[in-house]
Amino acid sequence: MESKFYEKDKLLVLKVTSEIDDHSVQEIRRKADYEMERYMPKKVVFDFDSVTFMDSAGIGLVIGRYKFANMIGAKLGVSNLTQSVKRIFDMSGLLKLIPTVELN
Amino acid sequence: MYNNEMKLEFISKSSNEAFARIAVAAFASQLDPTIEELADIKTAVSEAVTNSIIHGYDKKQGVVKISSWLTENEIIIEISDKGKGIENVEMAKEPLYTTKPNLERSGMGFTIMESFMDKMEVESVVGLGTKVTMSKIIKPKEDKDEDEFKMLTANS
Repeated sequence: MESKFYEKDKLLVLKVTSEIDDHSVQEIRRKADYEMERYMPKKVVFDFDSVTFMDSAGIGLVIGRYKFANMIGAKLGVSNLTQSVKRIFDMSGLLKLIPTVELN
Repeated sequence: MYNNEMKLEFISKSSNEAFARIAVAAFASQLDPTIEELADIKTAVSEAVTNSIIHGYDKKQGVVKISSWLTENEIIIEISDKGKGIENVEMAKEPLYTTKPNLERSGMGFTIMESFMDKMEVESVVGLGTKVTMSKIIKPKEDKDEDEFKMLTANS
């Protein structure tokens, strides 16, 4: 996972660069929480542009980070959802809770 | 009857989830599926294998078995473990039901298997293990081309 922090907007972008399953999600979760604590952003965006595979582990990942972001006073969004990623999220109703945002 | 058959066994390590879905996808590719059909199969296999590893065997080590068969236009996949089994299968299949919310499990595994495959059945005996059998029709290429032709001519 690659992360980038934009000081001006207090925006943390977390770009997932691996497949997302129960195995890989452990490392992604650990890194995401670490970066959020480190930068204390106001906005956090998960970028799914490079995700070639995701199963239901992705749902737990995003909901867990949503709760963590709330705890540190940040808003969480998701971006660049591929068709297959969107399909999994749609099934869980997660996108009713978490906004899809555009990244420039 | 079946045109092809394969069997696969591996220990319940989470790093084998990717191995399992890629192996089954490679086997399924003999039916010439679309990218979407292949993605559906990979996702369903990933969910079933993950269930065996984190629920069936919990933190213990065990063996996950996959058998798969191909017919002219269908793939059948059986994923089984000798883990602790599921007490109430109907409840486990309910969307969002999970016994492990602390691990950030979403409870969507069976729902995803059911909707990404054409058929899904769960047999489970507490203390003996769980077997998930799923199948998916893969339309032959000619049919797909015909569908595309119909769509194109309908639009013109």
